[in-house]
Parts: sequence; C-alpha cells; structure tokens
Amino acid sequence: MDLSAINPTLLLASLMVAATPLLLAAIGELVVERAGVLNLGVEGMMITGAICGFAIAVNTGSPVLGLVAAAIGGAVLSLLFAALTQYALANQVASGLALTLFGLGLSALIGQGYQGIKPPSFPKADIPFLSDIPFIGGILFRHDFVVYLAIALTAAVWWALKYTRAGLVLRAVGENHDAAHALGYKVVRIRVAAICFGGACAGLGGAYISLIRVPQWTEGMTAGIGWIALALVVFASWKPWRVMLGAYLFGGLTVLQLNLQAAGVAIPVEYLAMSPYLITIIVLVIMSADKSRAPAALGRSFHASQ
Amino acid sequence: MKLSKLLATAAVALGMATGAMAEDKTKVGFVFVGPIGDGGWTYEHNKGRLAVEEEFGDKVETVFVESVPEGPDAERVMTQMALEGADLIFTTSFGYMDPTINVAAKFPNVKFEHATGYKRADNVSTYSARFYEGRAIQGHIAGKMTKSNIVGYIGSYPIPEVIRGINSAFIHARKVNPDVQFKIVWAYTWFDPAKEAEAAKVLIEQGADIILQHTDSTAPQAAAQEAGNVYTFGQASDMAEYGPKPRISSIIDDWAPYYIARTRAVMEGTWTSTDTWDGIGPGMVGIGEISSEVPADVKAEALALKDALAKGEYHPFTGPLNKQDGSAWLAAGETADDGTLLGMNFYVEGIEGTIPQ
Repeated sequence: MDLSAINPTLLLASLMVAATPLLLAAIGELVVERAGVLNLGVEGMMITGAICGFAIAVNTGSPVLGLVAAAIGGAVLSLLFAALTQYALANQVASGLALTLFGLGLSALIGQGYQGIKPPSFPKADIPFLSDIPFIGGILFRHDFVVYLAIALTAAVWWALKYTRAGLVLRAVGENHDAAHALGYKVVRIRVAAICFGGACAGLGGAYISLIRVPQWTEGMTAGIGWIALALVVFASWKPWRVMLGAYLFGGLTVLQLNLQAAGVAIPVEYLAMSPYLITIIVLVIMSADKSRAPAALGRSFHASQ
Repeated sequence: MKLSKLLATAAVALGMATGAMAEDKTKVGFVFVGPIGDGGWTYEHNKGRLAVEEEFGDKVETVFVESVPEGPDAERVMTQMALEGADLIFTTSFGYMDPTINVAAKFPNVKFEHATGYKRADNVSTYSARFYEGRAIQGHIAGKMTKSNIVGYIGSYPIPEVIRGINSAFIHARKVNPDVQFKIVWAYTWFDPAKEAEAAKVLIEQGADIILQHTDSTAPQAAAQEAGNVYTFGQASDMAEYGPKPRISSIIDDWAPYYIARTRAVMEGTWTSTDTWDGIGPGMVGIGEISSEVPADVKAEALALKDALAKGEYHPFTGPLNKQDGSAWLAAGETADDGTLLGMNFYVEGIEGTIPQ
C-alpha cells in the first residue's frame, strides 16, 4: 500500500469533474420537483442530451454548440413528458419511466454511426493568476467552464427559490396547486417551464459525459447517473446546496475508490465500489434529520376543473 | 402443461421447417458482447463475420446481435437464433459459456462455437487466442519505454484470461526493467467508456506513463492522449487512429481464418467439436505496427521476441518463476502447461496487490 501515490490536488480536481454531470442533472430535477412534478425520466433526458450534443459537436466542430444542442435536446424530450402529464394528465411515475426507456432507445438510434468517433476537444479555462495559486489553483481554477456553470447554476437556483417572486410562485405551485390556481397563477404553464428547465439541465449533464469527461459516444454511456441524481434530490431534502454537497461527495468517493485500488489498499474491491452509494446516502440521511419534507403536491396531477 | 408442450412442439417444428427451407444457404449466427463499433473486441469479431460473407457469398447468410449482456439474455438470443434456423452460432464472450452449453443441449443439430471458454459438448467447440504471447511483447516494450517505472493496467474481470495477460506483461517488463511496478485497477466491465476513462485517468494521476488495458473501448486511449506523455497499446483491435502516440503498438485478434474454416466444415459436414487455442504462429494473434515513438533497438527486440514466439522457440511462461507468495512455480527452463494457464488464478512474484475473489 502506498497512499503517497495519491496526489491530493489531482484527486480533488478530478472530484469536481466527476461530480459535474450529476450536479447538473440533480439541480434540474430539484426545480422540477419543487414545482410539484416527479419526472423519473432524468436518465433518458441525459442520454438524449449526450448524443444530441455529441452529434452536433462532431458535425459543427464546436463543442460549445454541442452543449447548447444537448440542452435543447433534453428540453424537447422533456416536453413530451410535459404534454403527457400536464395536458393528458397521465400518471407521472409511469410517464417518467417511459421517458427513460424511450430516451435510451432514441439515443441508440441517433447514435448509429457516431461510435468510435473523436469529438472536437473542449478548451480548458485556465483562469489567469488564480490558476497559479499553489494547491488551490490546481484544484479550483483549471477546469472547463461547465464545472463553474454547474456551481453558478446551483447558486442561482438557491437564490431564485429563496429570494425571488418567481421562486416563491414556483414553490407555491409545488406545495398547493389549488391555492396557487385560486390566486390566479398559471399552474400548468409554470410546471411545463420547470420540466423544460429540468430537461435542459439533464441534457447538459449528459453532454458533459460524452463531450468532456469520456469523450466518446457509446450506447447507454450515462450508466445510471440519472437515477443517482433522482435519489440525490430526495436525500438532499430538495435543498440546492445539499444537492451540491451530495454530488461532490459521490463524485469524490467514486474517484477516491479507484485511487485507493490503484494504490493497492487492502480493502476488497467490492466494498470500495459500493462505498460512494452507501456513504453519500448515509451522510445525506443524517443531515435531513431536521424537519425538511417533500413539496406537498409532488407527483399529483392538476386540472383547473378539479 | 399441455399448451406449453404444444407450443414447444410448434416452435421446434417451425425451427426445423425454416431450417429445411434454408438448406441451400448455411446460416451463421454471431452473439456479440459489445456494439460492433466498439473499435476493439467486438469490432474484430464482426470483421471475421464479414470475411465469412465475402468468402462464401450467396452460399452463406450471417446474422448477429450486438450488445448482448452476459447472462439470461444471452440464452434468449441464442435460442432465438437457433429457432430461426442458424446452423452454426459463434458466441464471442467468456460470460456466454454456461448459456451456450444450456442452449446447445436443447438444439443438438445446431453447432456452437464459444470463444475463450473451457466447457465443451458434442456440438460445442471452444476457441481462443493466446493473447498472452502478445502481452509478452507489450510488457517488453512497456518496460523499456516507461520513465516513471509505473505501468497502469486496467483489468476487466479477475478471470484466468485477464490474470494471464497481467502476468505475461509483468514478467517481460521486469525482465528488461527490474524497477518496474504494475498498478492494477479492476473495472468490472468489458465495455464502459466512462469507467475505463476514469480508471485510465486515475492511473495516470498516480504516475503511470504506460497504460495497458484489457477492456474493449478506446476511451483509455483518449484519456492518455489528453494527458500527453503517456503510451498505450491497442487492445483486440489495432486502434491505429490513436497512433503514433499514445498508441505505440497493439494486439490484434484475427478471427477471420478460423471463422471461414469452421463455416466450411459445417457446409461440408466435417464439423466436429474441437478446442482451438492459437497464438502468433498461426496468425490468430497479430501485433500491430510498432510506431515511430519506439526507438529502433526496442522495436527490433520486440520483433525478435515476436519471431521467437511465432516459431515456438520461446514460451512466455518459462522458468525460473515464482508465484506472488514466493513459492516456486516453474523451475529453470520449465514451461507452463496449458492446464495451469487456463486456470491461472495467481500473480507471479513481484506484482503487488491481491486478486479480487
């Protein structure tokens, strides 16, 4: 065993990268659920975003356009869910599951012919001056801009939910859609917007995997991150900063367990492999021991006549 | 009970009927573990399939199913192929071993060929390639090329096939560089680009400047390319698109001659259950071009080693060799027998870490 082989700077830096797709998808889903909608299709929207982003980036040669396309792709797919649940009043759980299955199939179809292709590489944003700070500079300031975008998005969501009128209305819709409706708010319209936002975030998270983290396209490459994002939102008791903590914890442990394996630590590989799931859940469960609870209208359909 | 029996009879009758109809054409099925575009293992098997089509033209019809998980799904896919009248089915991953045996028992008239396994039956042959011969050459080049003396190795599953490769590469790396160390990460997958990329990055972060992989995607090559001064080897396929750097050589599986020979045997009715394990000599294992990044003398040594392996003058597991715990395994000049190699579940002396059980 040689723990000195693990470089803490690189470990913490790759932690931020590993956590980013998860954070993006989870923060989107958080907004959706705060609006009272349970969308289980995160995995499907992520993988669709991953291939949309990849295809556009390869064809245009611009990874940034790829990210934009990924967000649009995810949002368009989520509109299908919105149509089913908000206008046709279909069951949200079933529609969400269907969305995941549909997204996986659709992405495999679009992805024909994109296997084994190298996407244009993504520029790293070495922030001048800051990236030269020893230790901290290497950890915090030498990433691609999507890493910072995810953090900024977390802050923006937190601020919007807590301090803005729009955030208050969104929460009102999620807590009691009848009361919100009685006050004259357009419940369905607000929910559709939230679902779209969630889809765009999930698509972005998926494209981060296919364009930056791997970077390559293969069927089913999101490998369950969407489901982890869903669980994360619940365990973080619908609070943005806790979602970020959970995502970083999960990403960090994923990277750490591979590092420990490579350093030859005498812990069976199976225990190391399950540790990210286990520890993230335990930490967040302990933290949510306070009186936080789910949005009251979560998963319930709304129609003005009822 | 009666209904299910009736259905089963109908299914068998249907299978025979379609079989009879397609008598003039030999139908060959392939079950693949990854997508045919993986650029590695499955890509090469699919090239073998295309070679069969080219060789026999109208006389043969091939079908394939890709990305079939190892387990019950595989059994379903094979049954379906057999029912649709396949005469010969190649199942191309270690994890298809028991499903192949199970399905073969139900279809005694269909011939099965299972890659890299060890269970046979009257209508089940096995075939594999001596990849460890190629690993010896990789180990030699890796030992010469590393500057940090750390070689990273991405393992898939801890099965004899993979352990054999690690041992062979390590023995030959140590032979030319007594300070070399192997860092091994188990990915527990044959094909998961995200996981493979992550594993490669971790190994590079821990100082490895050579990455060997026993997984099928090109993701580790991409990770090495991004990192800069890291060398890799193509696995199963040439992966030449990553040359001349990071990819400096490769092991290429060439299944085409075998697939053609076995298909011909079925057509001529001479097929029997056999066990084939060929290496560099018969051409089942190829060594991809050693790139310009490798100094000429190292390249010459590697090619000499390849010649010796091809002619059978040298065996990669030649004593004196000890097991990891220091106990004697092979005496000086003794070579390992195939039985031990096929069931290899131990590291040789010098490798650190334990094999997950």
